[in-house]
Amino acid sequence: MSAPTELLNVQIDGVWYQFKKGTRVIEACAQAGKFIPHYCYHPKLSSPGNCRMCLIEMGMPKTGPDRKPELGADGKPVISWIPRPQISCAQDITEGMGVRTDSSLVRECRHGVMEFLLINHPLDCPICDQAGECHLQEYSVEYGTAGSRFLEEKVKKPKRVELGPRVTLDDERCILCSRCIRFMKEIAHDDVLGFASRGSHTYLTAHPGKRLDSNYSLNTVDICPVGALTSTDFRFKMRVWFLKETKSICTSCATGCNTIVGSRENVIYRQTPRENDAVNSAWMCDYGRLNIHYVNSPDRLKFPQVREAQGLANVSWKTALAKAGEELKQFQRNSVAVVASAKMTNEELWLTKKLIDSLGTVYHDVVPRAGQADQLLMSADRNPNTLGAQLFGITSEYPGSKLREMTEKIASGEIRAVVALGEDLTQIGLAESDLKKLTALIVVGILPNETTRNASVLLPACAFSEKRGTMINIKGRLQRLNHATLAPGEARDDWEIIRDLLQQLTGSNGIYLIDDVFKEIAETIPEMTGLSFGRIGDHGVQLVEESEDAQPVAMTV
Amino acid sequence: MEIPAELEARIDQEITHFPISKRSAALPLLHLIQEHFGYLEDEAIEWIAQKLGLQPINILELVTFYPMLRREPAGKHHIRVCRTLSCAMAGSYELLDTFCKHARIDRQHNGHGAHSLKSEDGKYSIEFVECLASCGFGPVCMIDDDFYESVTQEEVPQLLEKYQ
Amino acid sequence: MVSTIRTPHPREKRIIFKNIDRPGWTNDIGCYLHDGGYEELKKAFTMKPGQIVNEVKLSGLRGRGGAGFPCGVKWGFIRPGGTKPVYLICNADESEPGTFKDRYIIHQDPHQLIEGMIISCYAVNAQLAYIYIRGEFPEGAKILERALAEAKEHGFLGKNILGSGFDLEIYVFRGAGAYICGEETGLIESMEGKRPYPRIKPPYFPAALGLYLCPTIVNNVETLCNVKHIVRIGGAEYAKMGKPNNTGTRLLCVSGDVQKPGYYEFEVGAITIGELINDICGGMKPGRTLKAVIPGGSSAKVMSAKDRYKLKTKQPDGTMAETEMGLEDIPIDFDSLAAAGSMAGSGGVIVMDDSRDMVWALNNINEFYAHESCGQCTPCREGSLWMKKITGRMLHGGGVEQDTDTLKSVADNIAGRTICAFGEACAWPTQSFVAKFRDEFMGTAHKKGNGNGSTNS
Ligand SMILES: Cc1cc2nc3c(=O)[nH]c(=O)nc-3n(C[C@H](O)[C@H](O)[C@H](O)COP(=O)(O)O)c2cc1C
Ligand code: SF4
Ligand code: SF4
Ligand code: SF4
Ligand code: FES
Repeated sequence: MSAPTELLNVQIDGVWYQFKKGTRVIEACAQAGKFIPHYCYHPKLSSPGNCRMCLIEMGMPKTGPDRKPELGADGKPVISWIPRPQISCAQDITEGMGVRTDSSLVRECRHGVMEFLLINHPLDCPICDQAGECHLQEYSVEYGTAGSRFLEEKVKKPKRVELGPRVTLDDERCILCSRCIRFMKEIAHDDVLGFASRGSHTYLTAHPGKRLDSNYSLNTVDICPVGALTSTDFRFKMRVWFLKETKSICTSCATGCNTIVGSRENVIYRQTPRENDAVNSAWMCDYGRLNIHYVNSPDRLKFPQVREAQGLANVSWKTALAKAGEELKQFQRNSVAVVASAKMTNEELWLTKKLIDSLGTVYHDVVPRAGQADQLLMSADRNPNTLGAQLFGITSEYPGSKLREMTEKIASGEIRAVVALGEDLTQIGLAESDLKKLTALIVVGILPNETTRNASVLLPACAFSEKRGTMINIKGRLQRLNHATLAPGEARDDWEIIRDLLQQLTGSNGIYLIDDVFKEIAETIPEMTGLSFGRIGDHGVQLVEESEDAQPVAMTV
Repeated sequence: MEIPAELEARIDQEITHFPISKRSAALPLLHLIQEHFGYLEDEAIEWIAQKLGLQPINILELVTFYPMLRREPAGKHHIRVCRTLSCAMAGSYELLDTFCKHARIDRQHNGHGAHSLKSEDGKYSIEFVECLASCGFGPVCMIDDDFYESVTQEEVPQLLEKYQ
Repeated sequence: MVSTIRTPHPREKRIIFKNIDRPGWTNDIGCYLHDGGYEELKKAFTMKPGQIVNEVKLSGLRGRGGAGFPCGVKWGFIRPGGTKPVYLICNADESEPGTFKDRYIIHQDPHQLIEGMIISCYAVNAQLAYIYIRGEFPEGAKILERALAEAKEHGFLGKNILGSGFDLEIYVFRGAGAYICGEETGLIESMEGKRPYPRIKPPYFPAALGLYLCPTIVNNVETLCNVKHIVRIGGAEYAKMGKPNNTGTRLLCVSGDVQKPGYYEFEVGAITIGELINDICGGMKPGRTLKAVIPGGSSAKVMSAKDRYKLKTKQPDGTMAETEMGLEDIPIDFDSLAAAGSMAGSGGVIVMDDSRDMVWALNNINEFYAHESCGQCTPCREGSLWMKKITGRMLHGGGVEQDTDTLKSVADNIAGRTICAFGEACAWPTQSFVAKFRDEFMGTAHKKGNGNGSTNS
């Protein structure tokens, strides 16, 4: 047990509050509902105090000759105010401190800084990507002055600099807050950005020949308070105020970074990190962030299909599911295999396990995806829910360890039917000719591949942003995916498809909503007792105590 | 870019002056290398970064900050004339013009930061610098490492004569 | 053209500058030793470090770099027996316009500085020290390096100095043309191999979190030289020079429109501005009258000869009373100049006569600050260049009615709101010039000039 944190008394705009020792003045003010505008300050980075936007008036308790604080009529310490304004971003609160966030001096300071920041700023908001989420725009409404009294020529700086493959810089818009430099140095540990020249001519740059090509480069775009750094991927594609924001998680590796999916009219435009100290702090990797465009692919599978003489033909869901049921009923036990995916949600996996049980096969596993782990966020396990697949018994301690035996038996003809859930069987060592040997190949997927082309029944499903569900990340944290966009055509939610397949084999099972699935899980799996979608919340729930040296799941391919 | 052995020995010696952090040797190394090569090409910046276990941007940040460091060669002789108040009162603007005239330096613009201008033959470059700390005896100037006080315009030709 | 020998004025009291321009004096250790050099170091080693700190406190010595902070108080921030190493840095950046004193100590009397430094290091237990010398003193850097080597050869540096058990190394560190490296935390960042961006205070007070985040004492060249003399005569005796709270001697650097500009050393407060100009510096140029004085380097607020100043002075009966006086009657010491609305600063006295255009003068100063702002914090970075552009426009034609007020308000928006005191340094000239010479500034509105007067840079 840690000692209870000491509470300190601080007066903010005349009212006394208590805050934990170690709280920054700016944070204490925020907790008291007094937002202090700021640019350079970022809670996850060091505090250089360079923008001077967060100036406030500060005071310390007046001490009497006995060196004890003098008390006023209200029994509270009398504050002696420091004549100069102080920055609130770099100092922790102290006992008896006084803060004024809204005095005329403070307002004057903010006006002054805003004016300084705007005089050399191009003010090209109509063509700036940051418009709508630009702090310069935001604060200038509140603290800016209408007419400019700046009659001089603005300082010229480089425009449209490609800092790296994914980030473009407009130096004239840069307010030199150094957030991006600090991020690259302190978080990404890739010191590529810096300031060149000096004074008002200072500009952000990388060393000639060096690129901002870190897998975390796009975080600089997120934290840039203005439109100086833009995502080359997102640039000019959409005005941000049109975007619908949905809280979700990234499904490109087992870390499960918390995200916000920005979409409009069913198209995903971007994915940005959402703060969660238990998972990803405030960051995400570029790989995961940009791994969204497949969702918008024109090739998405849109209609259920069954194999007819001429090939795959569009049919109704009813027909397709009935055909699938019919086929599966012919194969019992070990003549059928289920190749599932660790990209599936817990709900999908839960139902898959039921399907496996009802088929009675021992041949089931998920397909591992291994990559290089980095020191920051990215996990070597590129599947987002291997832990879920293990928890529900779809796979073992060694994901993929069964696959070899399964592929051999498919190739030898011993296994004659396969249910492929979100995986392409040619990726686990099967040739197209092997697939053609199968009597039944029931495929649930979202994009065409060798497997979908050889399906006997093809059931189009949803991408990560088109469904709800839960996943368990590498550290044992249960997190939620949320519905941001609609699936194309007649594609359906995966869990529903699997439920319906199951019903073809076992008859109605009383599951109508995904919440029913989760309820069943929560009633059965001890780790999840008492949980519900609502209880998981936006930041997830830790299922098992996190151990410091949590080893990534073993991989065998 | 070839760092001669004696230079590298001096560099290694300089680094020992900073037992706590090699990074502190960045500016001293920039001086040593610029003294030897006359200027700092990107390769030199990268060499120093590597020598000190830094990234090139860490060095570029310095090179572009300090007016005395340059990324392009100066003239064979580099003239610095003090621009600041006391020297200006003593006639340093006129002195600069006179130097330019006699050194055949075309002074079209006098931009901020990059004050340095070169004569066509590359013999002289001139820079209008901020206070050289001899304000009582202005106008003052430096030619290479030599320092001159109370320089009159009449003296300029004979001064230049000394620097061929 | 060549440095000439300048004989001291009879009214001077030369202690720090005793050897400057001294006939037969050379800057090598032989000459210094012959003159009794390093005797104070030997004396210091007979004292406890804490005793030396006490003597410096007693002496009342105030920093000569600009801020005038009491040296002993600063040293007192270093706790004896701390776990982190302590560093001492001599600030030889001498870059405040109008200031040219440290130059002569470095070039002509380097061992005085080195001896002062060794004593100071012993007092605060610093075993590694640096001299941060401005890049434009290449000769000075060589002289210091040679002097340090000589001192080491004689056993005044290195291990177990003079058998005292105290170890010390001193190295020279060269700047490269940036005024901001004179600001002590900018200097420290520069020495750490980073851009010389001054640090925020709190928490980075050098005495607590200085070089490599260790306790660090930064003192000016002149300050450190004084330490030697405090050890020589004792703090109490030293404090008898000058006046209370303004003790010792002060090096004054006079430039501008006087007959005999130059450097002088006086007891602090011993002479007035008028005496300095008329008696010491030979008066104004023929036919000219005094218009303005910047008394403590270009950052100090300008003082107009037309104004009257109210100062508290000691009466014959010993009581204090407020007296009104003219510019020329103000004594040159920390407190009097502060009371008169300016500062003693770095000791650089810039004198301007009635031929000077104040818009031109301020524009020159503004150009300096716009060029030297490190650019780290918003008000100074943007404001310094803006002020320069306004005065440039006023000067070259294209001035408009509101310029004077805009200028003042830009300066007001800088002062007190920046990371380092450069903010004040660049705002004070504008604030004071505009306040004292408002008519001249107003007169530039609609003045026709060459082109639009845009300074475009
Ligand atoms: C912008 C700026 C420039 C400065 N330049 C110098 C300088 O060139 N030399 C110096 O000794 N102090 C300079 N100072 C003062 C130093 O920050 C510091 O106060 C001083 O070196 C302390 O030494 P002292 O107490 O002995 O005066 C400067 C301060 C500022 C704000
Ligand atoms: S690019 Fe953006 S984040 Fe980086 S320094 Fe400029 S304003 Fe700050
Ligand atoms: S680290 Fe993993 S979860 Fe996080 S953004 Fe990258 S791929 Fe997605
Ligand atoms: S006040 Fe000026 S010099 Fe000081 S840190 Fe800010 S920008 Fe730099
Ligand atoms: S947030 Fe920038 S100075 Fe505090």
